[in-house]
Amino acid sequence: MVRTITYREAINEALAQEMERDESVIVMGEDNAGGEGSPGEEDAWGGVLGVTKGLYHKFPGRVLDTPISESAFIGAAIGAATAGLRPVAELMFVDFMGVCFDQIYNQAAKFRYMFGGKAVTPVVIRTMYGAGLRAAAQHSQCLYPLFTHIPGLKVVVPSTPYDAKGLLTQAIRDNDPVMFFEHKALYDMAGPVPEEGYAVPFGEANVVREGGDVTIVALGRMVHTSLEAAEQLAAAGVQCEVVDLRTTSPLDEDTVLESVEGTGRVVVVDEAHPRCSVATDISALVAKKAFGALRAPIEMVTAPHTPVPFSSTLEDLYMPDAQRIVNAVKTVAEWTR
Amino acid sequence: MTDERIVAVTMPKWGLSMQLGKITSWIVAEGDDVSVGDELADIETDKIAGTLEAAEAGTLRRIIARAGEDVPVSGTIALIAPADVSDDDLDAVVQEARAVIDAGVPDEAASGPAVETADIGGRKICYVGAGQDGDVVLLIHGYGGDRNSWLFLQEPLAARHRVYALDLPGHGTSVKDVGDGSVDTLADAVLGVLDTIGAERAHLVGHSLGGAVAVTAAARDPRRIGSLTLIAPVGFGPAVNSGFLRGFANAQTRRELKPIIGQLFADESLVTRQLIDDLLAYKRLDGVGEALHALLGTLLDGDSQRPDSAAAVTVIGGAVPVTVVWGSADRIIPPAHAESVAGAVCYLLDGAGHMPHMERPAEVQAAIEEAIARAG
Repeated sequence: MVRTITYREAINEALAQEMERDESVIVMGEDNAGGEGSPGEEDAWGGVLGVTKGLYHKFPGRVLDTPISESAFIGAAIGAATAGLRPVAELMFVDFMGVCFDQIYNQAAKFRYMFGGKAVTPVVIRTMYGAGLRAAAQHSQCLYPLFTHIPGLKVVVPSTPYDAKGLLTQAIRDNDPVMFFEHKALYDMAGPVPEEGYAVPFGEANVVREGGDVTIVALGRMVHTSLEAAEQLAAAGVQCEVVDLRTTSPLDEDTVLESVEGTGRVVVVDEAHPRCSVATDISALVAKKAFGALRAPIEMVTAPHTPVPFSSTLEDLYMPDAQRIVNAVKTVAEWTR
Repeated sequence: MTDERIVAVTMPKWGLSMQLGKITSWIVAEGDDVSVGDELADIETDKIAGTLEAAEAGTLRRIIARAGEDVPVSGTIALIAPADVSDDDLDAVVQEARAVIDAGVPDEAASGPAVETADIGGRKICYVGAGQDGDVVLLIHGYGGDRNSWLFLQEPLAARHRVYALDLPGHGTSVKDVGDGSVDTLADAVLGVLDTIGAERAHLVGHSLGGAVAVTAAARDPRRIGSLTLIAPVGFGPAVNSGFLRGFANAQTRRELKPIIGQLFADESLVTRQLIDDLLAYKRLDGVGEALHALLGTLLDGDSQRPDSAAAVTVIGGAVPVTVVWGSADRIIPPAHAESVAGAVCYLLDGAGHMPHMERPAEVQAAIEEAIARAG
């Protein structure tokens, strides 16, 4: 029997095993210890939600507690990567990318290209995303579409503990800059995870449920919402195939297209805003490359084009839920010309 | 009192970790007369799909579990009874069975027996045992397999024997370092497990590469081996589907792996998503790629088989009774190789592929039981 651990523990284990395996792997971020040299070192928080807990004392000198200055420490991580280390930096909330975006999109993403392949930048930037924690507009965004837009970055959005460990392992071993998106609401989710180290390759979507009627393409937390909807729909006689993208860059176009070629109907589910998003990207892909297979218009289920509301009532309405996915699937399943 | 002429058809336990099975469809209907071995229903577990065969003859009077329904292992799914058993008697049994199905799997149900580990020459080898009494039987999987390959056989055999299944080096949860990757090194693991469980005598059952390992282990100490049952074994002729072996070692994605795994079975629909997912998860583990490529060098000399199990059988020289089981539709190793196993009792299973122990477990079980009985 495979052991069961949480998404949070799976990420921690990937970090610990890779630090054990390769001494060039270091961890840096805010609140790893609660302030370098401060009393916080004793109980070393392991970041605001405790994901790196335990690593500070296990790997002395290799878990750096940084000042609250993303522009400084994200830049430092990228620089260290070009100089031979494999830093895993924690950008606490992806909403804070604004203050360090130049280092990411204009520096890290460009080095390999601009130096003719002579420079590699094996940095991983772990970051929290997503709504549902009553954290309001500046701590709840998805923003992976912004990074997916930039050539030179790899973008990972794991949905399960198994994928979180395997994809983070791959991210650390990868020689390119990787943005690693962790949904706050998934940290306590438990699932089977092998104790041994393993890497899940990038660009390989996962068909998490098979079905012949409608394809649902989702990522991150929305995979679970989609599976919940698919379960309800199966009871109503509609069989959904649920494709978990796993990575948005590189994108596994083949798995999406093969599924849509089988079903002829697609619903894309994305927690991000509806414009210039993964939802629109997948929709465009299907419209361009699988148009002949489509038997109904493409449906998208996304958050609205507004900031994430602070009001809990409004935030609940903001998040795509199973009911909206069920409705969208029924729309495409019942569509007639 | 329940009429003892009522025979319950129950959800089988295919694999030590199986707790639930789903009836995908009934092949027979209420009122049908069934003979032993008739196909009753298609059943799916989270690992594999299979067909339940009738263990008793008679009239199928009641179908209790509907198609699409999940049933706990050993739950009664149908009743066979003679025509003169009254409907009331049957309905009483149906009611009890219905309650069991509706209750689902009890929370305290263990998720299979504990995995044990042995330290063999510094290598961690994992194995699982089942059964309380009788002779020791050790099941040895093939290339890229693991102890779960025996999911249909270990539990049924454990009714009369103490049945162990191990993970060879490089496989399952055992150490991934295979050293020189030789058949001898793999045989060390087999004999080491026998030492660890304190078995002075054991019956070995080996599939494919595991067959070569079983023969090699037996040749080292024939007095210790009660019988050998070889299922589509490696090492009895040069021909082999080298494309399958290389393809399996190199496959990185579901898309690449699925058609390769399909070649193992005569009926490719037996390959479930879960089987491919489990194999992909195994192949992604650190060290597995190296192990599979090292073992590829053991298995292949160019496009031919390298191991020579026939020579080892000659060394054993009749000291151990040998049984061979082969599927007539094996696409990995030609079943004609069975003729090269000197002095063996052969079972050719018509229409089975390279995985008869998964495709036709009842017949393989019967062959193993006979091999053990002949050994005395």
